[in-house]
Amino acid sequence: MSTQSTPPKAVSGPLNFLDDRLGSTTFFRRNMKKVFPDHWSFMLGEIALYSFVILLLTGTFLTLWFQPSMHEVVYEGSYTKLRGVVMSEAYASTLHISFDVRGGLLMRQIHHWAAILFMCAIAAHMLRVFFTGAYRKPRELNWLIGIGLFTLGMVEGLFGYSLPDDLLSGTGLRITQGVAEAIPVVGTYIYMFLFGGEFPHGTHGEIIPRLFTLHVLLIPGVILALITAHMMIMWHQKHTQMPGPGRTNDNVVGYPFYPVFMAKTGAYFLFTFGVIALLATFAQINPIWMYGPYDPGAISAGSQPDWYMGVLEGSLRIMPNWETTAFGHTISWNVLIPALVPLGLVFGGAALWPFLEQWITGDKRHHHLVERPRNAPVRTGVGMAAITFYGLLWLAGANDVIAERFHVSLFATTWFFRFAIFIGPVLAFVVTKRICLGLQRKDAAVMHHGVEAGIIMMSPEGGFSEKHEPPTEEERAVILSKENKSPALRTADDNGIPAPGAKGPLGHLRGRLHRYWTFDDIPVEEHDHEEHAEVDEGARKELTH
Amino acid sequence: MSDNTGSNEPMESGDAVRKEQSPKRKVGTPAQGGRLLATDESEPAPQGAGAKLDEAAAKRAERVVAALFLLAALASVGFIAAYVWSGTQGPDGMHGIDDARASNYALGACMTVAMLAMAVGVTIWVRRLMTSKQIVQQRGELPSGEATRAEFEAAFMEGAEDSGITKRPLLRRTLLLAAAPLGLAPLVLLRDLGPLPEKRLRHTFWGEAVKQAKAQGKQGVRLVVDGTNRPLRVSDFATPGSMITVVPEGIDKSPHAMNEIAKAVTILINVPAEKFKPVKGRENWHVNGIVAYSKICTHVGCPAALYEQTTHHILCPCHQSTFDATDGAKVIFGPAARPLPQLPLSVDNEGYLIATGDFPEPVGPSFWERG
Repeated sequence: MSTQSTPPKAVSGPLNFLDDRLGSTTFFRRNMKKVFPDHWSFMLGEIALYSFVILLLTGTFLTLWFQPSMHEVVYEGSYTKLRGVVMSEAYASTLHISFDVRGGLLMRQIHHWAAILFMCAIAAHMLRVFFTGAYRKPRELNWLIGIGLFTLGMVEGLFGYSLPDDLLSGTGLRITQGVAEAIPVVGTYIYMFLFGGEFPHGTHGEIIPRLFTLHVLLIPGVILALITAHMMIMWHQKHTQMPGPGRTNDNVVGYPFYPVFMAKTGAYFLFTFGVIALLATFAQINPIWMYGPYDPGAISAGSQPDWYMGVLEGSLRIMPNWETTAFGHTISWNVLIPALVPLGLVFGGAALWPFLEQWITGDKRHHHLVERPRNAPVRTGVGMAAITFYGLLWLAGANDVIAERFHVSLFATTWFFRFAIFIGPVLAFVVTKRICLGLQRKDAAVMHHGVEAGIIMMSPEGGFSEKHEPPTEEERAVILSKENKSPALRTADDNGIPAPGAKGPLGHLRGRLHRYWTFDDIPVEEHDHEEHAEVDEGARKELTH
Repeated sequence: MSDNTGSNEPMESGDAVRKEQSPKRKVGTPAQGGRLLATDESEPAPQGAGAKLDEAAAKRAERVVAALFLLAALASVGFIAAYVWSGTQGPDGMHGIDDARASNYALGACMTVAMLAMAVGVTIWVRRLMTSKQIVQQRGELPSGEATRAEFEAAFMEGAEDSGITKRPLLRRTLLLAAAPLGLAPLVLLRDLGPLPEKRLRHTFWGEAVKQAKAQGKQGVRLVVDGTNRPLRVSDFATPGSMITVVPEGIDKSPHAMNEIAKAVTILINVPAEKFKPVKGRENWHVNGIVAYSKICTHVGCPAALYEQTTHHILCPCHQSTFDATDGAKVIFGPAARPLPQLPLSVDNEGYLIATGDFPEPVGPSFWERG
C-alpha cells in the first residue's frame, strides 16, 4: 500500500497526452474524489439512467432489421401460423426479428422491459425526491427536467409500441386518432396532418415511418440532452444527503467517486442489465405474433396499454359521456377532460409545487440536507393524495380485468372509480397527515423520555416501570434534523410596514396557507438530560443550519 | 424512536462506530452505544479501515469475487456458443417459434448470468476489499456572489452599448422583423404533412358504393362479410341473436381500402322481432329485425365488437361504452356520447341484404366541425 507510487505508463501516457492539449488533469484531480452520499433510495434514478442506456443499445440493434413501412406484403417467414397473411412490412419485419434473427427476440423483449423499467424508475425516483423535499431550492430545475423526462418517456413509449403495427398497437393508434379529433377547432387538422390523411394508411402509409423517426431520433435526442443536463446539474450542485451525525447543510459525507462510487455504479449498471435480461428471458412481453396484423375491424378483449399510459386509459373509461353541440360545433368533453385534466393536474401540479411551497413557507434558503417525510406533513399528504389519484385512474384503466377476475359488475367498477377518484385523495391526505403528526409526536417523546429499553424495573414499593434509555447519537441526529416550524409568516417589518407579499387577497391566502402548513407542527427539541446536554447543543446547531 | 428499522433513515455512520457489525435494531430493544440506528445491510459498505482489513477474510472474499468473474466469463462464452448453436437448427439459421424460444432461453440465461455474476462480484469487491474511507467535503456557496454579478452586469451593458443595439433602435427593430418570418417558415413547411379534412369524415364507402350500384340500376350495394367477402342472404342470417361484421361489396378494390374499411366497417345484428324498437323515421331500415350499425365506437373509435345476445348490448372493449341494439344503438353506459350510426338496409331481388344509403351522420369519434 504505497501512497507515493505513480500510475503505469499505460495510464499516465494518455492522461498526459490529453492534459497537454486540454488541461484535463485539473478537472480529473478535482473530481476523482468527489463525494457521493449513500442511501438505497438514491439508486432509483440510476436505474432509470441505465435503463435508458440499455434502450439505446437494444433499440439500435432493432433498427438494423426493422422496416418502418406500411407497404403491404404477404408474410412468408418462418412463423407458420401467419404464412400467407397480408400484413405491413413493419409487422412482417418485427416477426422476422423475433423468429429469424438470432437474439432478436431477446433484444426486443429487453427493449420493451427496459422501457417499462425506465418509466417505473423515473416515477419511483420522482416520489423519493418529492417526499424528501429534495426538489427544494436550489434543485427546482432538475425537478422540472425530471417531469419533462417522464412526459417525454410516455410519448416515446406510446410511439415505440405503435411501431410493430400489430392489432394491439393499431388499436392504440386508433385511440390516439380519436383523441386528436376531439381537440376543439384544429382536431381534424391535427388528425389529418399526423396520419397524412385518413386513419390508418393516410395517403402512402405515413404514420409508421413518422412515428419511427420521432421514436428513434427526435425524442431520444431530446431525452438524452435532458438527461445530460440533469446529470451535469446534479454533479455541479452535489447530491443531497439524508440527515445523520456529522451531516450538515454545508457538507457532503460519503465515499469518493473513485474508486468506490465508480465501482458501485458500474455494478449497478450490470445489476440493472442482468435483471432486465432475466425478465426478457423468462417473462414474455408483447407477443405481437399472437395479436396478428392490424385490422381496423378487429379488437381483442382486455386490450391494455403499457403501464405508463394506463392513467389516460383509466380516465377515458370512467369519464361520463358529456358532449356539447352548439352553433354547429361539437366539443367532446368525454374525451378532452380525461385526456388533459388528470395528467395536467399531476404534472402541472408537480411542476408548480416547488415554487408554490416556497411562496407558502417563505423559505428561500438552499437545502442540501433532505427532510424526513414526517416533518412536512402537508407535503407528504399532498404527495400521497397525488399517488392515490394517479393510482386509482391507473387501476380504472384495467376495470374490465378487475371485473372479470373478481366477478363484479363492470359498470359497478366504473361507478366505484367515478366516486373514489374524488374521495380517495382527500382521505389519503388526511390519513397521511395524521400519521406524520403522530410520528412527529413519537420523535418528540423520544427526545423527552428516551427509547423504551425493554427492561422492566421494580421499584421498592413493588411497582413496575420500563426503563428508558437515551437515544443514540445517530437517532438524535436524525430526529433533531427536524426544523420546527415558525407559526406565523412575517407580515410586517419592525416599523409596522406590511411586507409586500402579505397584502391583498393573494397575501391573505398566502397567510392562511402558511398557517395551515405550520399550525399543528409538533416541536421536537432536545431536553436537558444530564449527560448529553453539551453534545446536543452542537449537533442541533449544525443540523438545523 | 426505537422502531425505525426499515424506514428511510440513513444507514451510514462515521468511521468511529464502524468497528463491529451492527445487527438490526428490534422494536423495544435498547440502543447500544455507538450502534447504527437501522441498517438493511448485513455487511456495512466499505470497511473504511484499510489497515485493519482482516487479511484472511480478504483472501476469502477475493477468491469468491474471482470465482464470480470466472463464472461471468464462462457465461459470456456460453452466450457466443448459444448464438452459434441457434444458427444450426434450420437450413438458414433460426426457424420458427420453437427455435426462437429455445434460443431466447439459452442466450438470455447466459446473458443474465454474465451480468449478474459480474455485478455481484464487483459489489463484494467494493464491500469487502476496498479500503477507501468515508470522507467529508464542504459544499461551498453555489451563487456567484454580489460582486461577480455586478461585474457581469456591467460587462453585459458595456457590450450592449459597444454593439450599438441600445443606441440604434432601427437596427434592433429591423432585426426582429427579419427574424419573425424566418421563425414562421418551418410551420409553413409542415403544411404538406397531410390533406385538409374537408368532408372526408362525413361520408363512408357505403355512400359511394350505393351511388355506383344505383347508377347500374340496382337498388343498393350488397353487404359482404368482412374477411371472406361473401354476400349475405336474409336466410343466411335468420338466427335471432347472431352478429357479424360486414363491409360494402367492392371495398377491397377501392384505392385506399384500409382507410375505407376503417370507416365503413359495420356490425349486422339479428334482433328478435318482439324486442325490436325501430327509431322514428327509420321504420324501414331493418329487414325482419336485422339491423346494421357502424362498428366504430363514437367515443374514440375502437371497434365496438362485443355483442351480448341476452341483453342485446353492444359493448366496446376499449372503454366499455355500451349501446342498445334493440333501440337504435343508443348509449346505455360508458363514455360514448352518441349512438352508433345506423345503416339503412333492404333486400334485393335475389334475397341478398343490401344497403340503400350511407350512414346518415359521420361515423366514429366526434370532432369540432361535426355539429
